[in-house]
This record gives sequence, structure tokens and C-alpha cells, in this order.
Amino acid sequence: MTTGELIWDSEGWPGPDFAHNARQAVENSQLRRNVRKATGTIRQRRAGLVAETPDWQELRHAGAAVKDDVLHHLDAYLEQFERAAAARGAHVHWARDADEATQTVTGIVEATGHKEVIKVKSMATQEIGLVRALERAGVTAHETDLAEMIIQLSHDRPSHIVVPALHRNRAEIRRIFRENMPDAPRDLTDDPHQLAEAARLHLRRLFLKTKVAISGANFAIAETGGLLVAESEGNGRMCLTLPETLISVVGIEKLIPTFRDLEVFLQLLPRSSTGERMNPYNSVWTGVTQNDGPQDVHIVLLDNGRTKALADHIGRQALRCIRCAACLNVCPVYERTGGHAYGATYPGPIGAILTPLMAGVEHAPELPFASSLCGACYEVCPVEIDIPTVLVKLRHDAVGAQRHRAQDATFAAAANAMNGRRRWTAALKLAPLLKFIKHGGPPPLNRWTRTRDLPDPPEESFREWWTRRR
Amino acid sequence: MHRVMRVALFSTCLVDALFPDAGKATVALLERLGQKLEFPLEQTCCGQMHANSGYFEPNLVRRYVEVFDPYDAVVVPSGSCAGAIRHQHELVARASGDEALARRAHAVGEKTYELSEFLVDVLHTDDVGAYFPHRVTYHPTCHSLRMLGVGDRPLRLLNNVRGIELVTLPHHDECCGFGGTFSIKNPDVSAAMLADKMEAVIETGAEVLCAGDRSCLMHIGGGLDRIRAGVRTLHLAEILASTDQAPA
Repeated sequence: MTTGELIWDSEGWPGPDFAHNARQAVENSQLRRNVRKATGTIRQRRAGLVAETPDWQELRHAGAAVKDDVLHHLDAYLEQFERAAAARGAHVHWARDADEATQTVTGIVEATGHKEVIKVKSMATQEIGLVRALERAGVTAHETDLAEMIIQLSHDRPSHIVVPALHRNRAEIRRIFRENMPDAPRDLTDDPHQLAEAARLHLRRLFLKTKVAISGANFAIAETGGLLVAESEGNGRMCLTLPETLISVVGIEKLIPTFRDLEVFLQLLPRSSTGERMNPYNSVWTGVTQNDGPQDVHIVLLDNGRTKALADHIGRQALRCIRCAACLNVCPVYERTGGHAYGATYPGPIGAILTPLMAGVEHAPELPFASSLCGACYEVCPVEIDIPTVLVKLRHDAVGAQRHRAQDATFAAAANAMNGRRRWTAALKLAPLLKFIKHGGPPPLNRWTRTRDLPDPPEESFREWWTRRR
Repeated sequence: MHRVMRVALFSTCLVDALFPDAGKATVALLERLGQKLEFPLEQTCCGQMHANSGYFEPNLVRRYVEVFDPYDAVVVPSGSCAGAIRHQHELVARASGDEALARRAHAVGEKTYELSEFLVDVLHTDDVGAYFPHRVTYHPTCHSLRMLGVGDRPLRLLNNVRGIELVTLPHHDECCGFGGTFSIKNPDVSAAMLADKMEAVIETGAEVLCAGDRSCLMHIGGGLDRIRAGVRTLHLAEILASTDQAPA
């Protein structure tokens, strides 16, 4: 199976060796400032909106329950969706992996005879590496989400699920536009209005001339065969309504049973993702509407590791994810490293579990360790994904998949010493040795003592005191 | 008539080995409140460090369950270890295929209390008659806050300490960056998180940083000592055990 760009392993981009990538990221103080400012703003807005929603916890339960129902009956809901969408005139395709998905989409685009497509922001198309695959077939795909456009113009990678260019500040964006956007005004400043206006004019020309669009979807409604895209800019809606052909790549876990279920998710998603009560644009379309919008409508249902994640009893809850990125915005680790350090399409706490679950833990064995297990992610997750527990479970899998002889032996020795009163009492006698390495231990302890002292060993252990006292 | 409740202390391996003062303070505090404590010597470690590093040790779960099953309640001076016992022991037991152990672990987990929970929920007190005339800031620790949900119990207890000047720690709910072996596996991110936490502590002007977990305090305290910040770290039990006759 080929998972596309689920894990970055090409063109000079680092793979998921998190500790190594994180070291470089932490040293970049501009990056830390940019990420901290952006995540802090969204985090505060979200907290305010959650505080004013009295039934927030009930909404979270409901969101988790609806998604669990979908995951337990995924086969039935998928076929229901396929029937409903086909009945409304959509062509439904199935893709087992990234290669099948990109080949299907490329084939549809080639059949139209057009060489340019416009794109709605979509994680599924990032994951399968669609833009690059189209490029290889001689088709140019233009990202139309403002932030994705900034990323594309600067040959960069997204560093956040919802706000992909949050690692850039406006001075950097001005430079990117001036250097890489052919129709950018010469006197462009870093005023946000000017930057937005330049992007608007650039994109408007693309919207009016391009006949093929590609999107993902936030939700796929089994009952009706409809798809929904939620966004802030309206650029998505331009792509979804103006072209003749519309191709949507949709992960199979995006299903919800009925239109009515949107009641829950359209409350959870905007509050969690952008800190808004409602997304400015919610576009829903169901197959083809005669003489209104695209008349050639395709849906590619994508597995690409999702059924693999589904087979994991503890990990499968990750498939409830609605890609809101609330977990990124509260994560103290993400805040200090940004998204690129995760070396994968999905960064942050959710990426640290989704990537190994979908690609196989042996391909991303460091990611489950990219967390202090502080639990802030679980607390904000709108569909109650217990990320810390899944991380611990995946650490167990990672340790089983890859042997580290020294580390395995150390933990085995410690467990052995702890599994008996006499052995443990004897081990406690070693504590005074700490004073020799208080300020500088041997590897790997020096990773601690580089920035922290070790404690002074006590005169006697607690149990010695207790026994003496009795 | 109620029979006398049998309460055991699980000191945690870290307190047993390196921070006996937190254990002694827990004993002094609870005895002052009239609670007799037992310390079964067969206890060792809850296995959290192993589990969080990917090494599941059902033997340590079994040991905990067998040692503490006979008691009515277990009190633990650590939010993190209490959290592991309540939320992780079942997972570890089940992963080893031992469903019976998972059920027993669940039952013993239900009668395991972090110190502030034991004081407020079992002994029904939030004023333990302590005296500690110092400027103190409190770090809530992630597992107490989010895994156990101890809420404001520790702060209620601290607020009732006579003489104390309690100052709010900015960004108190952010992780200090310890995370057990996270601090070794990802030392650069951990150190960056620690630096921000230390800055917040120093900003309060507190003489003492207090928390319900010696492990987080070992981390923040180790950093504060390295830069000679002059801030002492004390476990919640040590402040609550402090009186004018026996000051901490």
C-alpha cells in the first residue's frame, strides 16, 4: 500500500524523527513567536465560546456517539451514501490507497481535457499528495485557500490543520507575494487588507477561467448523499459553484448518518477550529442540480489506512476526528515546535496518533513519544478522543515493533528491581550515588542534567524511616 | 456502628527513594487529623514510568492490586501515580490478556485517592489546621488537574492555611515539560517548556513553589536550582503538615 504524503519522506523534507526535528524548531525563536501568537489567539477565542455554551459537554458526548455509530456500521453507511449520491447524479469512486486515489482524480481531470484546476483546502488531498501527482500528469492545481496559497507560492508545507501558514507572519507573507505572485502590486505593504486584496484579485482571475475544481469534505451525509464544506473565506464556495466539473476526495470516516446530525457538528466544529459560533460559509451539495453549479460531479471515497486504524480497538477513536485542530492549539509541545517537526500531513497531538495508526507504527515510531501526556488535547477534543491513552497504547506498540537493546534492558532491570520487597529495598541503597551526577550525568541522563540539577539524595528512604519509627 | 476504616499509604517509588519528606509529611498530617495509616512494605511502584515509556508491566499492576486490595482506602501523595492507578492499570492488565486482573485493578483503583481528594472527599475537611507564613504559588500539575479532576481541592486546602500568602501562578494549567521519560526523549522541547514555567514561577515573587506531585517539582525545582532562583519546592503535604510547633 502507498500512503502518499501521510508521512513526508521526499524532496528534502524530514520524516517523523520528532526529537531531531524538534531540536531545530525549538531553536528558531521567530517560529516559536509566530506559533505561540497564533495558537494563543485561537485558544482564547475557543475558550470564551465554550464557556458560553452550557451544553458543551453534552454536545461532545453526542459528537463522539454519532461518530462511534458510524465507525461501528461503516460498511452499511458507506453503501447507503454511495446509493444516495449516485441517485442524485454523482459518480462515486473508491480508492484503497493514495495511488488509487490520485490515479482516479488524474484520470477524471484528463478526461475533461483541461490543464488547470482550482482547489478547495483539503487535508485528504494533502495526505495523498494530489497536487504533485497532478503536476506529474501536466496539470497545474491552484490552491485557493489564502493560507494554502501562501504555502504553495513559497514551496512550503502546511504546519497546521486549519491555519496552515500560522508559522508565517505578515512581513514574511508580503515577501512571498512579492517574489512569487506574478500579479502582485509592486507597492505591496504588509498591511493585512492590502495582502488580502492582492490575493483576492489574483484568485478572482482563477475562479473565472478555471473549469475543474477539486475539494475534500468536512462531512458526508449517508442519508442524502450530500457533502459539506465549512470555510471562512468563500473561496471554497467559488470553487464548489463556478466550475463545470467538481471532484471531491473524502475520507471514509467523514460520514454522518443524517442531515439532522449536522446540528451537533456545526456547533462543535466552528467553536473548536476557528473560535467562531458558526463558519461564515457552509456549502452543502448533493449530486448534480440541473443547470446550477457543476454538472459533472465525482466523489472519491478514500481509505488510505483508515480501515487499518479501525482495526485497532483503542486507536479507532482517532477516526472520530473532525480536523478542528483544537488539540494543536492547546498543545504545549506543538506550541514550541510548530507542525513541520512531526514530519507528516497531520501534525500535533492528533497527528501523533493518526499517522502511526494509518501508516503503521513501524513507520513513525517516534511520534507517539512527541507528547508530555499533559492531557490538554483530550480536554478540548470536541469528539472526546482520549489522545493520551491512545499515545500510551501506541508507545507500547512502538516498543514492540522496534528493539532498542540498551533501553529495553534498563526498563527490564528497573521492573525486576521493583517486583519484590527485598530487591526494591536493595535498589534504594543506590540513591546516594545521585550526588555524583547531580550536575552532569552520563548519557542519556545528561539530557536531564544539561538544564536541571538532580535532587540531593536523602539520608534514608521513606521505608527506612517508617520501619525505624515503628 | 462503623468499623474503623483501614487506610494504607502508597508512598510512590519516587517519594520512597528520593523525597521521603513528602511521605513523612503525609503521615504527620493524616495522624494529626486522627487517621491511622498503614504502610505495607511489599509496595514498590505503580508502573507508570514503564507504561508511559511503552513497557507494560502487568506484574507491577498485580503487585499493587494484591498489596492494597485488603484496605478500605489507599492515599497517594501524587496526582500522577493516582491517575496511573485509576486510569492505566486496567489498560495494562487488559493488554496482557488478564481480564480478571483488569477487573480487580478497576476495583482497587476506585478506592485509591490522591491526597487532596482523600482530605476533602473522605475526611470531609478543607481546613487541616496548618500554619505556614510564607509567600507560596501553586502549580496544579497536569494529571491532578486533567486526569483526576481534583479541581480546586488543593487550593481550598491551601487557602485555609494560617499565615500563607497564596499568589496565582500565571498560565498555571500549562505543563512544566516533565512528562517522565519525555524529558529525556525530547529534552529540547521539555527544556523550552520548563523555561516558560520557571519564568512564570519567578514572576510571582514566591518563596515556595507548591504542587501535589514530587515528580513535577523535581523537574521545576531542578531547573530553579540550576539557575539559582532561590525558590524552594514543597509538596502540598509538607505545607499542610506544617504547624507553628513543627514548621516546614
